[in-house]
Formats: sequence, C-alpha cells, structure tokens
Amino acid sequence: MALLAELTHRCPLACPYCSNPLQLERGTDELDTETWRRILDEAARLGVLQVHFSGGEPLARRDLEHLIAHAAACGLYTNLITSGLPLSAARAGALAAAGLDHAQLSLQDTEAAGADLFGGAHNILARKTEAAAVLRAAGLPITLNAVMHRRNLHHLDAMIDTAVRFGAGRLEVAHVQYYGWALRNRAALMPTRPQIDRATEIVTAARTRLSGVLVIDYVVPDYYASRPKACMGGWGQRFLNVDPVGRVLPCHAATTIPGLQFDTVREKSLAEIWADSTAFNRFRGTDWMPEPCRSCERKEIDWAGCRCQALALTGDAAATDPACTLSPLHTEMFSIAQNEAAGDAPEFIYRRMDGE
Amino acid sequence: MSAPGLASVSCPRFAHGVKMRFDEARQQWMLNAPERVLMLDEIAHAILSRCDGERTVDALCRELALEFAAPQEIIQADVMEMLQEMLHRGFIRL
Repeated sequence: MALLAELTHRCPLACPYCSNPLQLERGTDELDTETWRRILDEAARLGVLQVHFSGGEPLARRDLEHLIAHAAACGLYTNLITSGLPLSAARAGALAAAGLDHAQLSLQDTEAAGADLFGGAHNILARKTEAAAVLRAAGLPITLNAVMHRRNLHHLDAMIDTAVRFGAGRLEVAHVQYYGWALRNRAALMPTRPQIDRATEIVTAARTRLSGVLVIDYVVPDYYASRPKACMGGWGQRFLNVDPVGRVLPCHAATTIPGLQFDTVREKSLAEIWADSTAFNRFRGTDWMPEPCRSCERKEIDWAGCRCQALALTGDAAATDPACTLSPLHTEMFSIAQNEAAGDAPEFIYRRMDGE
Repeated sequence: MSAPGLASVSCPRFAHGVKMRFDEARQQWMLNAPERVLMLDEIAHAILSRCDGERTVDALCRELALEFAAPQEIIQADVMEMLQEMLHRGFIRL
C-alpha cells in the first residue's frame, strides 16, 4: 500500500499539465506538522509501505525534513516527488540526513526555452540540472520524471540521454494524463498517433541498450490505448491520498467526481476512513461495475479503468472507462485525440492559485 | 553505454534506493524500490540477502546448495535466471 502525501498546493512552477485540481488550496489552510506526523503513524499501522511526499512543491514546506525523518522512523519507504525548485546543496543534504530513500525529479524539456515555456517560469532547466547534481552529491538515488506531450515528444531521445547524464537510475516517460489543469489544456498537449508510435520505438530500443543502467517506465497513453489502465491499482485497493487540507481521497483527482463525500483526517483516523468512508467504498471491488465490465474476465486486472476519466468523457463516473475498446465511447475518445492533435495547438492556460 | 552482463563471478548488490526489510504487519520480507514493492518468498529472500556486492554468484550458490541441500548446478541455473530478471528490472546492479 502507498500513501500520496500532498503537503501543499504551493508551487514555483505553473505547468499547464498539472494534475492538481483547478481549485487549489491556500497555504494558510494546510495541515500542520503535528497532524502530518499522526497521519504517518496511522499510515504505517494501516500497512502502508511507501509514502510519496508530493504537492504542489513539497520543498515549499519548511517541515519537510521533519516529516521525512518521522516517516523513516515509522519504517516507511520515503520518496520525494519534486520540481527541484528551489533546492540548495544544504537542503539536499538535510533531506538525505533525515532518511529520504529516493527523489523523483521532474523535467519539462531538454532545451532551456521549452522548459520555461512548459513550466511557466524562468531558467528552469539550469536550476533543475543543479538540483539533480545536489541530490546525487547528497547520495540520493533519483528518478527523472519526463512529462511528454505534442510539444516535446521529439526530444525523447535527448530526455533519455539526460536521465543517464543526471545519474538517474530510473526514468518515467510520463505521457500527460488528462485531469485537472491538463484536461483544460488537452488540445494544447495531445500528441498524434505517429508521435506515440515513435516514442514507443525509442523506449523499446533504449530499454535494451540501457539494461542494467537505466530502468524506463512507460505506458501508452489512455487516448490511444485499447485497454484501460488499472487506475490506482483499483479504487480503494492499495492507494490513498491525503490532500493539503486533510481530505482523504482514493485518487488525486477524485474531488472532481460530484456527489462523493470525503472524510478528513481532522475528524477521523486513516484506518476508519480507509475501511468505512463512502468515497472509498463507492467504487471499491467489482459490485458497482456496469456491463461490459461486470462480466469481463479482466475486471480484477484493470478494475474498469479510471473513474475520473470516465466522468470527464462520459459525464458518468460509474461508466466504463472509454480507454477500453469495449466502451461504446471508445471510438469517440480516439477521435477527440486525433482531431485535437491534428489541429493547431492553442495557447497554454497556466496553473494558477486563484483557479480558472 | 551498457551494463556488464551477469556472470558467475559477478558480485550483485542492491541498486541505489532499493531496500529490503521485514514487514511486521504482513510477517513477510519486502523489497522496496522507487514506486515498486516486491514481496519476497523464502528462496528470493535467501538469494537477495546474499547480494552484498562482495559475494560472487558462485559463492552465493554454494551457500544455498548447503542450506537447501540441493545440487549446486540446479540452484545456479535458477539463481542466474532470477538475478538476470532482477538486474533487468533495476533492483540489483553488478
């Protein structure tokens, strides 16, 4: 089991593909250190093995080192999901000393202009190159997370080279997933089918070439897939997310689903919420599934795909994920992708604290 | 740039960021890696707990042959196959 601890929505970047909700939470409403410590205690007791400190930008929290140390003392494997901005050598050293096991560093592009355009800030590439260096100098293993889309997929080879040069042991080639801000910007980000096919070829060749050096995680994005992803490993099966204000969510986009009631850690324990919350039980298991999912032999493999995507594309969170060829809307989903990718890319709508 | 291949004289060790620990709740050995967790059975634990970067695959197999009272050739074939897979998936390095 894994816990995604979204410590804050504050972030120095403004990526138009951010998966955070459109309505972001303010710093003054964030959970305090003591509450996060309690959450980590409760998570360990619940059987959580890994905690991912995320955001927003978790480095914006001054108590990050304390929370990492507390998680490590609970026996949790600690992962920091970061933009690397801002990260000094001293802070990287403090994170390592606190017991951080691993850091995942995002990279927007391999060219300076692209990195600034896609991240919505200045001098991003140079600062991230420095962040990778100080993390490695602090003795931390890193994964490079490369978010790929129509505007940067032609740099995939360079991205793989950069991962090796940064000393990453792992690279996530993460096609944009269309939730939150990314859904707003879908037409500006959607790649063409030939771009995806080329990316798959590049990754396949690199995996062979770099076996034992770099692990590459890669999945074909939903809009061009034929089977849905097992989103979150199944709703309420092995993942929970605590957002900056303490709501406990089955996935980071779950707040988009109307009618779901989310319990908060301010009122209940993580164990109570995991077992009893109506939100976790709404799509847990297979009883809630519609046809053709209910009688599908893959129902406990892909768990009917993604609820938030079903909602975004069909208006019904309980529908079959249109990423599946068995969904009546699958062809339509594919057409949306093809049409948007073939059209001119609109301007980005950058992520902002004050919503849309 | 490519990694050296696995051989009987290789000294496998955990990749950076990979940690093995006993999970009290599940009463089971686990291998934690970035974004991944493997539950280890007795054999996998016996092999991986010897991947200390000092023992050769040969030495590791000799110890297992004694511990499990099985012919070393058979053990060696299984161990090589498992380590090759673990190497490819990035859990161990040489």
